[in-house]
Amino acid sequence: MSLPQRRTDIGPPKYDQFLPPVIKKNYGQWKYHERLSPGSMVHVAESGDKIWTVRVASPRLLSTDTIREFCDIADKYCDGYLRFTSRNNVEFLVSDESKLAPLQNELKERGMLMGGIGPHVSNVIHTQGWVHCHSACTDASGLVKCLMDELAEYFTTKELPNKVRLAVACCVNMCGAVHCSDIAIVALHTKVPVIDHDKVKNMCEIPTTVASCPTSAISPDPAKKSIKIKEEKCMYCGNCFTVCPPIEIHNPEGDGVAIVVGGKIGSLRSDPKFSKIAYPFFYNDPPRWPKVVAAVKNILEVYAANAKKHERVGEWIDRIGWERFFKLANIPFTFQHIDDFTFARETFRTSAAFKW
Amino acid sequence: MPKKYETPLLDELEKGPYPSFVKEIKKAAAKNDMAADELGQLEKSYRTKRGYWKHGGIVGVLGYGGGVIGRYSSLPDEFPNVAHFHTVRINQPSGWFYTTAALREMCDIWDKYGSGLTNMHGSTGDMILLGTRTENLEAVFAEFSSRGWDLGGSGSAMRTPSCCVGPARCEWTNINTLDICYEMTQEFQDELHRPAYPYKFKIKVAGCAVDCVAAIARADCSIIGTWRGPILIDQDEVKNYAKKGMNIKAEIVDMCPGQCISYDGNELKIDNSECKRCMHCISKMTKALKPSGERGATILIGSKAPIVVGSLLSWVIVPFIKCEPPYDELKQLIRKMIEWWDDNAKPRERIGELIEAKGMRSFLEHIGVDPQAAQVKFPRKDPFIFFKDEDFEKVYKK
Repeated sequence: MSLPQRRTDIGPPKYDQFLPPVIKKNYGQWKYHERLSPGSMVHVAESGDKIWTVRVASPRLLSTDTIREFCDIADKYCDGYLRFTSRNNVEFLVSDESKLAPLQNELKERGMLMGGIGPHVSNVIHTQGWVHCHSACTDASGLVKCLMDELAEYFTTKELPNKVRLAVACCVNMCGAVHCSDIAIVALHTKVPVIDHDKVKNMCEIPTTVASCPTSAISPDPAKKSIKIKEEKCMYCGNCFTVCPPIEIHNPEGDGVAIVVGGKIGSLRSDPKFSKIAYPFFYNDPPRWPKVVAAVKNILEVYAANAKKHERVGEWIDRIGWERFFKLANIPFTFQHIDDFTFARETFRTSAAFKW
Repeated sequence: MPKKYETPLLDELEKGPYPSFVKEIKKAAAKNDMAADELGQLEKSYRTKRGYWKHGGIVGVLGYGGGVIGRYSSLPDEFPNVAHFHTVRINQPSGWFYTTAALREMCDIWDKYGSGLTNMHGSTGDMILLGTRTENLEAVFAEFSSRGWDLGGSGSAMRTPSCCVGPARCEWTNINTLDICYEMTQEFQDELHRPAYPYKFKIKVAGCAVDCVAAIARADCSIIGTWRGPILIDQDEVKNYAKKGMNIKAEIVDMCPGQCISYDGNELKIDNSECKRCMHCISKMTKALKPSGERGATILIGSKAPIVVGSLLSWVIVPFIKCEPPYDELKQLIRKMIEWWDDNAKPRERIGELIEAKGMRSFLEHIGVDPQAAQVKFPRKDPFIFFKDEDFEKVYKK
């Protein structure tokens, strides 16, 4: 069977061929938008033209069957146009207002969840996990599913003080960059890796492996033609495993997740912020991770009950102080909360003014 | 018929209101051997609490060094159909807009050559095709590229740029994010497909400081749209917001980080010289407030995830740059930044880490950008200061 002629270095198709006519016509000429419901909004152009958007949740991991289902819906109501958001939601783009309500009805009948626009929990940014990644120490898709089953109302209906961005990373490589999310889960190891010296000898470059360690815990072991690890310096980041797979970092009985809070991306009101550790560790507990889900829900509910309108989680915590946050959220403060890595000294309190 | 696995643990994740990834895998597994074994292996991971994937090995398509991530099961005897299960990254169109015709074509190809499973989309922005065998890679590439699609980036290379929805459907954007993203992707095709950098380099383009693509946290080069000019006010619309129940003092005036908004119960005033352009007031009163004047972008550099020495947010390097086609100034600036990094970095060192190691001065001098107060949160604290002879000739004259 012959294949079509391959082409190289052509880049992606140009975006304009995928834009609905009303967008092409009003490109760069949008005047304002209004949120009509947690799952829909209308954008109005200077010309008076309008486009309606209906947003639905997606697990991100999609079968071709489901993509075709989205296509069937978009063919019926959206003249064959749809898009995905930066948080992996699906957006149906409606140019004809009379098709809006029928579209929403059909989405409802099909059991799809509309929501995520405005002061809500939107879809969860996440990584591959056990589904497809070599360095995963949890399953990202599973955690997201458990979390959002519990928080689905915050996607579809329940309002929060501001939007809350959740993320899950299945190891500290953080392909999902959870480090600036309102509430995020990051999986981590807690045990020093086990070295298979015979394989290191054959598979790994010693200087690269030594250099890969951020805490200088690794040094050469010339006798074994391998490396050795100073255990008290190892923070279990797994970077050595990435460059040298025989340094086995996975440990099913030791791997688990931490929960970080208070990050944000936008510059609105306050500068973008990193997320910080709220819960340092929970053991992996598939398939439903009940303690992890309860802990995230706890933070979300304490935030919802205490923050001012428009405050993000991190802004609320900055206003009340971390010492107050730990008390309100009833989270025990431990050695694991006090930083001892690269930027530690900037995190120690340098004022006698704080809250009891 | 693909093999059917008992999956009591994963079956739990078919329950509940949120869309289920297990249902997705099962849909594909009903007709595809690879997807079936993916399901079986994942159930085992849930039982034993560990993953069974190996990465590495050189796999790809002829003439490219990236775009395919080699992935192999570490249990090939138990799950032979995922013995190879490589990821193919397809470079997404700017803003993730699609026609159904294009998506259906993609699905047909992927059902024929792959697992029928995808990620829409991966963290960097690509369309991710999840799982195929080495011998299918050339066919997948021929089918896609002949229809106008290309692979995305992987490895130590330019990664697939991505952008927010921008002028396609947002009133806040200051720049043509979709076009900049497209043009940068085209400009760096060679660097994207043939890894030759010290490590990865990501570009993300956001139209304003709301930053819906997380450019400031997830891109080595963050391009964030902004403006130089006053915020225009429609006082009638301000009144409408008040009428509809907005507490303008609490929600707008008191939350302004520049403290430059006043409201007397009737008229809203902004002292534009003190405005930081944070987007709070504009985003909450989008009918009443909009930027005006010159449009362009702030270029920030360096953000990354924690590996190796801690996560970084991007730092302001160029406070304002015009972004008009053909974007020559922007392209040259990015090329100069990469040149300095490529010349100086150790393997697996990101540009932000290199700036920290070598000092901001070295970087700014190479790219020809002057020191400016907008680049720092605050100036140097301790009086340990490097001087060069030229500084006394140019700045600190006798």
